[in-house]
Amino acid sequence: MSGEFDWAVIWKYREALWDGLVTSFKLFGIALTGGVFFGTLLALARLSSLKVLSYPAAGFVNLIRSIPFIMAIFWFYFLTPMIVSKFTGQQGEAVGPFTSAVVAFIMVESAYFSEIIRAGIQSIPRGQPWAAYALGMNYWQSMGHIVLPQAFRNMLPVMLTQAVILFQDTSLVYVVGLKDFLGAASKGGQITGRIVELYIFVAVVFFLICFLASWGVKKLNARLAVAR
Amino acid sequence: MTEPNSPMIDLRAVSKWYGAFQVLADCSTKVGKGEVVVVCGPSGSGKSTLIKAVNGLEPFQKGEIFVNGISVGDSKTDLPKLRSHIGMVFQNFELFPHMSITDNLTLGQVKVLRRSKDEAIQRGMKLLDRVGLIAQKDKYPGQLSGGQQQRVAIARALSMDPIAMLFDEPTSALDPEMINEVLDVMVDLAKDGMTMMVVTHEMGFARKVAHRVVFMDRGAIVEDCTKDEFFGTARSERAQQFLSKILHH
Repeated sequence: MSGEFDWAVIWKYREALWDGLVTSFKLFGIALTGGVFFGTLLALARLSSLKVLSYPAAGFVNLIRSIPFIMAIFWFYFLTPMIVSKFTGQQGEAVGPFTSAVVAFIMVESAYFSEIIRAGIQSIPRGQPWAAYALGMNYWQSMGHIVLPQAFRNMLPVMLTQAVILFQDTSLVYVVGLKDFLGAASKGGQITGRIVELYIFVAVVFFLICFLASWGVKKLNARLAVAR
Repeated sequence: MTEPNSPMIDLRAVSKWYGAFQVLADCSTKVGKGEVVVVCGPSGSGKSTLIKAVNGLEPFQKGEIFVNGISVGDSKTDLPKLRSHIGMVFQNFELFPHMSITDNLTLGQVKVLRRSKDEAIQRGMKLLDRVGLIAQKDKYPGQLSGGQQQRVAIARALSMDPIAMLFDEPTSALDPEMINEVLDVMVDLAKDGMTMMVVTHEMGFARKVAHRVVFMDRGAIVEDCTKDEFFGTARSERAQQFLSKILHH
């Protein structure tokens, strides 16, 4: 490795880096959407008075939250192909690293988001669903029109913070050989020996994205505080 | 189906327990069509629990409640449908804070009664005008005073064209100077012949419009008599004590 930085390597690998960044964002988008969607269902199940719903939901959330994220990614990489081949009867690699990473991220994030959403729902006074029921609404109408909109508004700052963490966590997929942003930089670094430059570049980009997002959250918080 | 003279609300020996603690003990009473019944009693006597049991917000373990001939406790009853015919007003108003006053008034009509948006707005605005708050239609609940919020809440309940109205301490969370504006709306409603069950400590309201007064203590109905009987010679010692406490200060 030479003593001087060679920043041209970033330009040389721009396409691979861009593809990696797109992969990271794709994974982030899918994991966020799936995590919030299934997280909401998990939170509702956990708050249900029906034990057949609340117990399994609590068990799942506690299990996922007690294992390291990186282990879940590993695990699903090896597990999902096995399950898929069980169902389809086909041997070999049925799903790629991206699909298995998506499954792992959605499961893990839904567990994390469900805890945030559960707290958000519990922050709404009991009188609100009562008023909805008194107007003749059913459970889903009461949740959909009255409780969840207020709950999401209350927990938006925490959710966005979790989203920023999620974006950083997408870099963990390098362990299953998925070429995300960090993975693309690693690969380029190994080939050219310019790993320091590329990693600095990755760090700067991550910093900028997360800094801007945090700044946005802060702005939004201030606006919500005024609106209330 | 309803018999011609059956009561609108009919409670038969309703009991409820929280664990070993009994909050309602064999409560029986009736509210006839067009009748105004005031439920009073010391705090913790089960009044709020009783009135919430009437539209199934509080489940109960024993006894039966019929509203317009339909059993509230029966698992086969379509509770949302039944509730859509019963208006309820809460102590803490419970307007939906994330919606404008107009949306508060139309949501139930549109989502539950399946009225068109225009029809719902028309009905809602008429009632908002009736409670004297048409000027506030585009505001949010948080921008209104407590008394105004409660009047909107009454209009919201009325927008569903209820066959009976339940009031759960509608003035208890209000500043004294706002109590009358809410009571005035309720008095008007009573004079229009609305069937009303009202949990309240406002004995002036009871004197003015109630037909009957129910007095509760420790989960049981101790007195259930006409207004004149109640204010004349409340029979139980507990009711007399209660009256002397809230009337002379």
